[in-house]
Amino acid sequence: MTTTTEKPAPTKAAKPLPGADFFTVGADIKDTKAPSGPIEQKWSKRKFEAKLVNPANRRKLTVIIVGTGLAGGAAAASLGEAGYNVLNFCYQDSPRRAHSIAAQGGINAAKNYRNDNDSTHRLFYDTVKGGDYRARETNVYRLAEVSANIIDQCVAQGVPFAREYGGLLDNRSFGGVQVQRTFYARGQTGQQLLIGAYQALERQVAAGTVKMHTRHEMLELIVADGRARGIVTRDMVTGQIQSWFADAVVLATGGYGNVFFLSTNAMGCNVTADWRAHRKGAYFGNPCYTQIHPTCIPVHGETQSKLTLMSESLRNDGRIWVPKRAEDCDKDPRQIAEADRDYYLERIYPAFGNLVPRDIASRQAKNMCDEGRGVGPAVKEIGEDGQERQVRRGVYLDFADAISRLGKDGVAARYGNLFDMYAQITGEDPYETPMRIYPAVHYTMGGLWVDYDLSSNVPGLYVTGEANFSDHGANRLGASALMQGLADGYFVLPNTINDYLAGAPFDKLDDTHPAAVEALASVKDRIDKLLAVNGTRTVDSFHKELGHIMWEYCGMERTEAGLIKAIGLIRKLREEFWRDVKVTGVNEDFNQTLERAGRVVDFMELGELMCVDALHRRESCGGHFRAESQTEDGEALRHDDEFLYVAAWEYTGTAQAPVLHKEPLEYNFIELKQRSYK
Amino acid sequence: MAVTGLILIAFLLVHMFGNLKMFIGPEAFNHYAEWLKGESEDGGILYPLVPKGWFIWIFRVVLLAAVVLHMYSAATLWKRALAANPSTYAAKRKLAQTYSARTMRWGGIILAGLLIFHLAQFTVHAALVAGPYGGSPYAMVIGEFGIWWMVIVYAIWMLAVCMHIRHGFWSAFATLGANTSATARAVLNGCAWAVALLLYIGFMIMPVAVLFGWIH
Amino acid sequence: MVTYQVRDVSPDMSFLEMLDLLNEDLTVKGEEPVAFDHDCREGICGMCGVVINGTAHGRGDSPVPTTTCQLHMRSFEDGATIDVEPWRAGPFPVIKDLAVDRSAFDRIIQAGGFISANTGAAPDAHAAPVGKLKADRAFDAATCIGCGACVAACPNSSAMLFTAAKITHLAMLPQGQPERFLRVKSMLAQHDEEGFGGCTNIGECAEVCPKQIPFDTISQLNRDLISSLFKKDGK
Repeated sequence: MTTTTEKPAPTKAAKPLPGADFFTVGADIKDTKAPSGPIEQKWSKRKFEAKLVNPANRRKLTVIIVGTGLAGGAAAASLGEAGYNVLNFCYQDSPRRAHSIAAQGGINAAKNYRNDNDSTHRLFYDTVKGGDYRARETNVYRLAEVSANIIDQCVAQGVPFAREYGGLLDNRSFGGVQVQRTFYARGQTGQQLLIGAYQALERQVAAGTVKMHTRHEMLELIVADGRARGIVTRDMVTGQIQSWFADAVVLATGGYGNVFFLSTNAMGCNVTADWRAHRKGAYFGNPCYTQIHPTCIPVHGETQSKLTLMSESLRNDGRIWVPKRAEDCDKDPRQIAEADRDYYLERIYPAFGNLVPRDIASRQAKNMCDEGRGVGPAVKEIGEDGQERQVRRGVYLDFADAISRLGKDGVAARYGNLFDMYAQITGEDPYETPMRIYPAVHYTMGGLWVDYDLSSNVPGLYVTGEANFSDHGANRLGASALMQGLADGYFVLPNTINDYLAGAPFDKLDDTHPAAVEALASVKDRIDKLLAVNGTRTVDSFHKELGHIMWEYCGMERTEAGLIKAIGLIRKLREEFWRDVKVTGVNEDFNQTLERAGRVVDFMELGELMCVDALHRRESCGGHFRAESQTEDGEALRHDDEFLYVAAWEYTGTAQAPVLHKEPLEYNFIELKQRSYK
Repeated sequence: MAVTGLILIAFLLVHMFGNLKMFIGPEAFNHYAEWLKGESEDGGILYPLVPKGWFIWIFRVVLLAAVVLHMYSAATLWKRALAANPSTYAAKRKLAQTYSARTMRWGGIILAGLLIFHLAQFTVHAALVAGPYGGSPYAMVIGEFGIWWMVIVYAIWMLAVCMHIRHGFWSAFATLGANTSATARAVLNGCAWAVALLLYIGFMIMPVAVLFGWIH
Repeated sequence: MVTYQVRDVSPDMSFLEMLDLLNEDLTVKGEEPVAFDHDCREGICGMCGVVINGTAHGRGDSPVPTTTCQLHMRSFEDGATIDVEPWRAGPFPVIKDLAVDRSAFDRIIQAGGFISANTGAAPDAHAAPVGKLKADRAFDAATCIGCGACVAACPNSSAMLFTAAKITHLAMLPQGQPERFLRVKSMLAQHDEEGFGGCTNIGECAEVCPKQIPFDTISQLNRDLISSLFKKDGK
């Protein structure tokens, strides 16, 4: 087996990195799977060099896939079609509900149907640049290369992409790029792509190649004799704890944005599968890279459970402002005179105005609210001093000018569906009063570290989609998440996992193997422990508190002092959790409180690692903004000399210093540049 | 369900048209009755294609088959609905269903019961209330509908029948695939109302005229 | 039926956030929270769904149907007693409290709700143009989220709207033609086998559908079913 690193004894770094008390530095790692040669030929070469599995032998090999979103569902369907015996798991009641379904905008593909200079190389370039030069070139090139196949595949499955009157596919420009390469299906692209993958998956379920297990949550990874060989699940209806064995395990379990409690993720999205694998040895790559989207509907109160995103296109015609004086903040915005309004983006960034990049728009909104000039309902928060306070978290996005310029119908034609959505959620008419918006977490670029084959450093453990760290670097471009999920699931994994499976079948395992015994026991222990605490605080109250800490100190703007403080707060919270949480009911039942409790346990551990990662990376790049590292006009400042690497973290124990393994990034085909939007 | 229902609606339209011959006079009506049964001088309907008197029996067999199949399909649907609906809501708000759609099943049973009485009365002549009429269908109709409560019974029955048709007509076309758009839906529902009203008026105008002595 | 009192409900809360509040309250008191399914809370995953005051997903006085997660407490009067029930239909057995098992829908899709196109075998996306009207009709049907409100609202507990949505989506596209008539037969057979009732064209389903799947998709299914009787590949 080729693993990516020889295991060194953790040593202190020669040159101390920021916050060096919180981690140690191990040996560098590198991806050993991408072949040498011109970047255009790497993928073909890898496909040719990979070992194959004879079609007749495939049915003797079992692959476990956790997750049924674009990356998991597509992989399960494709491996099923190839003839492998697939066991597929999801926590929802149907594979069709995975959160890929909520993506609105579209999917990029280098089809060049618009004849506007697009190409595989341009999509590759845009993605690397958009990721602020923190993504691996080889992976991104392959992503761009297979993007065109995705569109063909989806159309063949019956995905109803938007079409023109001539019957051909429509494209739009998205995410600030200068070519029209985004394919879309109204505002429901994610839904349509997922239903396509879901149908392909159900076809394989009917064919018997895929066994689907819904309402099953993966709670542990089984690593036997150095290989990932199975998982332990809990049947969420009966509570049965059960082990499953296979020749390889694929995690396609999505992102971990819910560590912030409030995010645009689904309520059930969690990091448990990733985290359990991390605890079993899989490195966690770049955990601090999170993407925050500026135009979401603000929080209405303490009982808010999730946030809803609205398309960023709103900023094309809306003007963002807050009152100049804090005492005006509870007034009807229409009563505030023009002279008393602060169009702060237009004031601070006269050249770009309301169209500044996402991170800047988000950060400035936070600054305005921190100054006490936010609008909308005041929400309880715990401040840096540990005191509760009431803060208004919202800024106005005003279409009055656009309405007088374009007319109400003109605005409705462009943004009608978004206005309707806003009206439904807030009960306010955005044609009459300005919208209120606030940034929200919606994607995590970090995830388990994988090589070119999408294999983690644990042999036999593959990670696809948002769950892995690859492809997007420090920041993801719009319409690229769907592309990556499907690229991994349909085209990459089915052509790389065979290289590993060619060495299978491995020894047959059962529950008596020490690794299985240990995994089953640890799951049962954890559940028993959760049920036994019987304290006074609810699971959600802990999750919300964790979310507050993460949002405050590891959100849009991070500082060394804040991150160190956050680590302390998280440790305290974790200690309190195990002392005072109240989990009602029993294991042997449909127990949603128990489900959430287990997830929060893992989020608390992940939260600490995110803070450590953010602390050590004393540069600003993409979604990670360190206040200490900015240009004079407040833009992110990278330090390529120090931080041109992927941070892959090795687990050493709860609250123990993790080991940092650096994967140096090489840019052989794209020139490194400082991001500039001037 | 749809095909048999439409056959029965077609029959009702013909039946209604025949009834209106009462307005022309006793000879026309009695001749029409004989013609149907193949007792008229020209050999009746479809003679000589089929032997005298055969048509009425073919006609009756087809109708009976339609009724039986209609009831069988209805019973099957009902049974499936009951099996699929083991528990009921404590509160249930009705948003789209019309009264006629809701009453198809019990309404169907009630109108089938009255159909038996109707056949016993005018076809078999076993349940004539005022008779006998000495073989004149015209006299029979005048006699029976001269009774005021008989007209009320038929008015109620026809109401049940026409409500059944109000939903049944549109539903049959929807089942056959004609509900292709919101416009088609509006047209079909309009037609269903028109057919139901036409049948109600067409059927009830004659008994009312008899009751008030406009025909005698 | 149990009656709970929920205090401090704000009009801006979603219906599910109100249930969250109730559950937090129950947990603190040491009682078991009320189980209900939910996930994305933005009206697209189809996981949530309860009958509220007799209407699937509930919607107060709004003429527009929605999902339960997108219903807000401002649709109710202060102090109102709200009747909340699970989907009630034989093929959707209740798991606990308000959560039901909708796996029957997955099995209907397994019976043929797909186009058999193996990964990698696809021709270029522009190889088969689709007229805009057909593409739009396919899309309208494809927006189904599989929440089951149509079944919950149907007096016959029929899943015809769900089945018809998939039939129509695939029947409108050139890629869906080869399996079109086989598909309608096998999906309908599975629908019946699952124990869903038959359609009597009442229309409650389309009225509560949060994605407003057109009622006429059911006629499309019926047309295809009738056509399948006369096609060899419909066998």
